[in-house]
Amino acid sequence: MPFGLLKYGLSSEYPAEHHFTPATELKKHYDVVIIGAGGHGTGIAYHLAKYHGITNVAVLEKNYLGSGNTARNTAVIRSNYLTEEGVTFYRESVKLWQDLSNEFNYNVMMENRGQLTLAHSDAAIRSFRWRAEVNQHLGVRSELIDRQQIAEWVPNLNMSEDSRFPIMAGLWHADGATARHDAVAWGYAKGACERGVELHQLTEVQDIEITQGRVTAVKTNRGRVECGCVVQAVAGASSVVAKMAGIKLPIHSYPLQAMVTQPYKPILTPHVSSPHVHVYVHQTSRGEFVIGGGSDPYPLYNTRATLDQRESLSAAALELFPFLAQARMLRQWAGTTDMTPDYSPIMGLSPVDNYYLDAGWGTWGFKATPICGKTMAELVATKKVPEIIKPFELERFYRFEQINEAGATAASH
Amino acid sequence: MKLLTCPLNGPRNISEFTYGGEYHPTPDHQLVTPREWAEHVFFHDNAAGVVIEWWCHTASSYWFLAERNTISDQVIRTFPADEIFNQRVEFNQPASSGESN
Repeated sequence: MPFGLLKYGLSSEYPAEHHFTPATELKKHYDVVIIGAGGHGTGIAYHLAKYHGITNVAVLEKNYLGSGNTARNTAVIRSNYLTEEGVTFYRESVKLWQDLSNEFNYNVMMENRGQLTLAHSDAAIRSFRWRAEVNQHLGVRSELIDRQQIAEWVPNLNMSEDSRFPIMAGLWHADGATARHDAVAWGYAKGACERGVELHQLTEVQDIEITQGRVTAVKTNRGRVECGCVVQAVAGASSVVAKMAGIKLPIHSYPLQAMVTQPYKPILTPHVSSPHVHVYVHQTSRGEFVIGGGSDPYPLYNTRATLDQRESLSAAALELFPFLAQARMLRQWAGTTDMTPDYSPIMGLSPVDNYYLDAGWGTWGFKATPICGKTMAELVATKKVPEIIKPFELERFYRFEQINEAGATAASH
Repeated sequence: MKLLTCPLNGPRNISEFTYGGEYHPTPDHQLVTPREWAEHVFFHDNAAGVVIEWWCHTASSYWFLAERNTISDQVIRTFPADEIFNQRVEFNQPASSGESN
């Protein structure tokens, strides 16, 4: 809408658009209570309201909208996983990402930059070949590329053969992308609230009432709310919230730290990651270099930043991009990641009736936001588990049918 | 630098140690059902608060236990495993059924 923009630019007031009206009073009863207002929680609410006509929905958030891992992740979108279940799932998510700004008429600043994963060993090349074959078979664009091609596409990369871990080859993933992470939660929340969903911030769920194996109400710091069903989408706090419902999960909560430099002129287009030196780097559209790596070495419910991690991230980033030695760090932060044993999520039914899980998102949750919103809403509305998320059910661990994606992380943990 | 006190080697940089998971009693492997075994292997309390967990001083391969607060990251105490494991566990008893697969 160029005229709207022009008018806005020429106005003397620059009126701010209110994205949504926060709800004030908690009602006594909601058909659906969603715990957690991140991208996933608001995405589920949005899909329930828009596609299933379910609007008596409350999204309860103990902090503010998008204050958890939605704001803390490094905004990587990709689908170059290893298992059929994983690739299919993330592929569908990447498709939804492509149209997300149109979907809710809110610019998420989606950029198709591509992702390059580096191999520094023969073993890594073998596994990349495997991933490329699986990806291509399932319609995902991945290919093995050689040193010459890497040097052409990423001219600033340290291609020296004298470095500690020389780069031998790369897995090029043309579908790799990035987007503005906050905007995803804002866009979904806006679309959901416009259709009647209530977003309650500063509302912490403190207990969950179960009657005869079925969830009936949640107790919050603002009072008790009866509900038809509950969806938990709380990332790092998954185990703590599930425990209120009497559910034990195969999750450990680890901090994952990242840091960002001051903005510089555009110099790096794709997202570059190296599982071997435990780092990934990309430059945002604002010019900052985002540097992330592996999780902390032990579990913690805390988002403090450590010097240890800063040193190891810096050392690894400098190994790939020596010019970053001149860069100044702007900030360093952490998110609490809910890691599963097989690096795949836990979605769907739980041992409690009408209590749905959207957990185990570890370090791979952001890219799955749209498909999660879509499939979890379908599950809540129809009570049937969509085929695409069936493999990720909690029961898989009892059948020893893990979906191993440990080898497909951007920086191994 | 964060320090962890190894019961054998004294206070050392925490980077010398490897986290070894939550401590919980091992079920009797002769009697356990596959479901219980899966729970033992994969599922965790993942509690926010004081927990008991395994740690290993990597350089000396010494395994011990620690009481740690998983919110504040304060280590309350570390102690040798024989505080809990004071009896020999026999793993070599004949299995009740064949393990062919």
